[in-house]
Amino acid sequence: MTRTTTPPSRPRDVYFFATCVVDQFFPGAGMDAITLLERQGIRVHFPEEQTCCGQPAYTSGFPDEARKVAAHQLTLFPNDWPVVVPSGSCAGMMKHHYPTLFAADPVRKAQADALSARIYELTDFLVNVLNFQPEDKGGDCTVVLHTSCSARREMGVHLTGRQLLGSLGKVTVAQQDHESECCGFGGTFSVKQPEISGAMVEDKVKALKATGAERVVSADCGCLMNILGHAAWKDEQEGRTTPSLPGEHIASFLLRRTSK
Amino acid sequence: MSEHILEFKPAEGFRARSKAVVDNPFLRQSFRGAMDFLMSKRAAQFPDSEELESLRTLGESIRQYNLAKLPTLLVQLEENLSRNGIQVHWAETPDEANAIILGICHAQHAKLMVKGKSMVSEEIELNHAAEAAGIGALESDMGEYIVQLAGEKPSHIIMPAIHKTKEEIARLFADKVEGVDYTDNVDALIQIGRNVLRQKFLEADIGLSGVNFAVAETGTLCLVENEGNGRMCTTAPPVHIAITGIEKIVEKLEHIPPLLSLLTRSATGQNISTYFNMISSPRKAGEKDGPSEVHLVLLDNGRSQAYADEQLRKTLQCIRCGACMNHCPVYTRIGGHAYGTTYPGPIGKIISPHMLGLEATSTMATASSLCGACGEVCPVKIPIPELLMRLREEAFTAPHADPAMVGQGAGYSWLMTSVWKGWAAVYRSPSLYGLATWLGSRFSWLMPSKQGAWTSVRVPLKPAPKRLRDMLKERGE
Repeated sequence: MTRTTTPPSRPRDVYFFATCVVDQFFPGAGMDAITLLERQGIRVHFPEEQTCCGQPAYTSGFPDEARKVAAHQLTLFPNDWPVVVPSGSCAGMMKHHYPTLFAADPVRKAQADALSARIYELTDFLVNVLNFQPEDKGGDCTVVLHTSCSARREMGVHLTGRQLLGSLGKVTVAQQDHESECCGFGGTFSVKQPEISGAMVEDKVKALKATGAERVVSADCGCLMNILGHAAWKDEQEGRTTPSLPGEHIASFLLRRTSK
Repeated sequence: MSEHILEFKPAEGFRARSKAVVDNPFLRQSFRGAMDFLMSKRAAQFPDSEELESLRTLGESIRQYNLAKLPTLLVQLEENLSRNGIQVHWAETPDEANAIILGICHAQHAKLMVKGKSMVSEEIELNHAAEAAGIGALESDMGEYIVQLAGEKPSHIIMPAIHKTKEEIARLFADKVEGVDYTDNVDALIQIGRNVLRQKFLEADIGLSGVNFAVAETGTLCLVENEGNGRMCTTAPPVHIAITGIEKIVEKLEHIPPLLSLLTRSATGQNISTYFNMISSPRKAGEKDGPSEVHLVLLDNGRSQAYADEQLRKTLQCIRCGACMNHCPVYTRIGGHAYGTTYPGPIGKIISPHMLGLEATSTMATASSLCGACGEVCPVKIPIPELLMRLREEAFTAPHADPAMVGQGAGYSWLMTSVWKGWAAVYRSPSLYGLATWLGSRFSWLMPSKQGAWTSVRVPLKPAPKRLRDMLKERGE
């Protein structure tokens, strides 16, 4: 699927939908994304009543429960501002699955359609709406980029992260083997089929490490939780005290590279 | 179908079978290599992504058009096949299909059946049924022949023996084929197979084949193959029996070229298959070859159930190219046998529940990260991830009246449902979410170091000491 919305003219205000994973597990990534947007002269609004897009229940076969949670998010963005989401996966849920989820409820379906048109994944928003040209202030560095399956196949925004990293003068972006393959997270898949999920993340971490990059960056914290969680586990197993594969959200990396 | 014949028990031991493969580095490497090869072959066939996209859209619309007209097309097909002298039989279940085929065999006093590649014949476990009735059933597709010699089932719908190395095949031939010495020369191995089979084509009383497309307006059965064994099976023996699912129908001949092109390019990365057979009648008076009887068995086996539901009907768009398995990270990790169903991989996960019921297959629907690679390559745009989510819903919600599927609610658990209800209660309420996540961040040291399956290969999850909302408050929002 590709991005269907025409980028608006540069907005003054945006909403920020952090996602429950960022709020609870990667708050620094959320702060850094907000700071990046603010530096571009954007006023960032964080509706405090936001919780989760509802995807965990949706993909697990519990659409009624997902609908309850999603219905709450529908009410949080009253002004006609873009809603920026630092995750391809949660953005994909809100953009592409909300309209389906509320297909039988005309009032909410209209709200979902209207919201869907305003949903932007962060890197897509930075590149295609703000025309963000990061000025690299860091030293030489090699990173490897992992793009989530939702960002790639549902949102069609797999190129914008690479584009942002590519415009950093002293950053080399390494190419991993089987780049487009899933890291094996898949929400509840990781605990319902731990053997298969474990094999997938093992292969993913090996491929990322084999590039020799000093860190992995990604625009999706779900994948990072899985990838970094496995890399750290492997380090523990093999008695390493420093992480063999550090990683962070692309917003944090971009902010650091563009700060003095 | 009687228990002893149908051996598929996918729900039992799926995780154990997956683990056995995942823990075997040799198999892991071998599947990875094979799938990489197939993916690159397909990619080379579609250098132009716009052409691919428009061809996929065309393929999807042809399949949807024909499915929409399926009831009338089935009638039309039967009329035109009958007019052409091809006898049509209808089977609702695998048992019925086997009974029909064995009935034809008995009428011929048949001793030997040679088989072209047919997944539907695997679906009904015809070989077992034939053997039980004292009729030899010999696979003549090289991959199927290998699998049959080994006493196994196909692990892939297009490449049945993809799980075997050439050394394994060499040992198998040396052990099982009379008068053969060990050789791992692939050409020599193929020649051994050909020599055995050539004689059997002449001896066989019955030739059995599948069907890739049945054309309603002309009454023609089309068969796509590479080895010529399909042509031998359908021309050399005195009787040809074709078997296929009721969904494999197109109305017009002109529907075939785009589907055929999508099929061969997606399946094996071939521009076109070596053989394309069009069978439109038995031997006519004055003709020198061809079978004197041609039969078509049309099998339902759960397809009507899928057909009756607008969303699930999309499952039947499938043209059996196998690209979804070649691109599936799960199939790549566990191979075809772990699934325990005739059809493995993504297509297997969405079609098997209609054939075997959700009781036996609900676990399979969970064995996907919903990465979408299958849907992305599907030549007829079956939305496989969407269908997997639907099957999860069918499996896990409490049994209700008038279900869309046999086995609806088979995976229902009061506990799991309560967990999700509780989750929704918290996540729909800002105050409960606030409280729960605040507690999580303040007492993250209480998080257990073992978190079930998650920590089998990962460090435990631990909420950050401050939530994003706390950080924003401190900053003075």
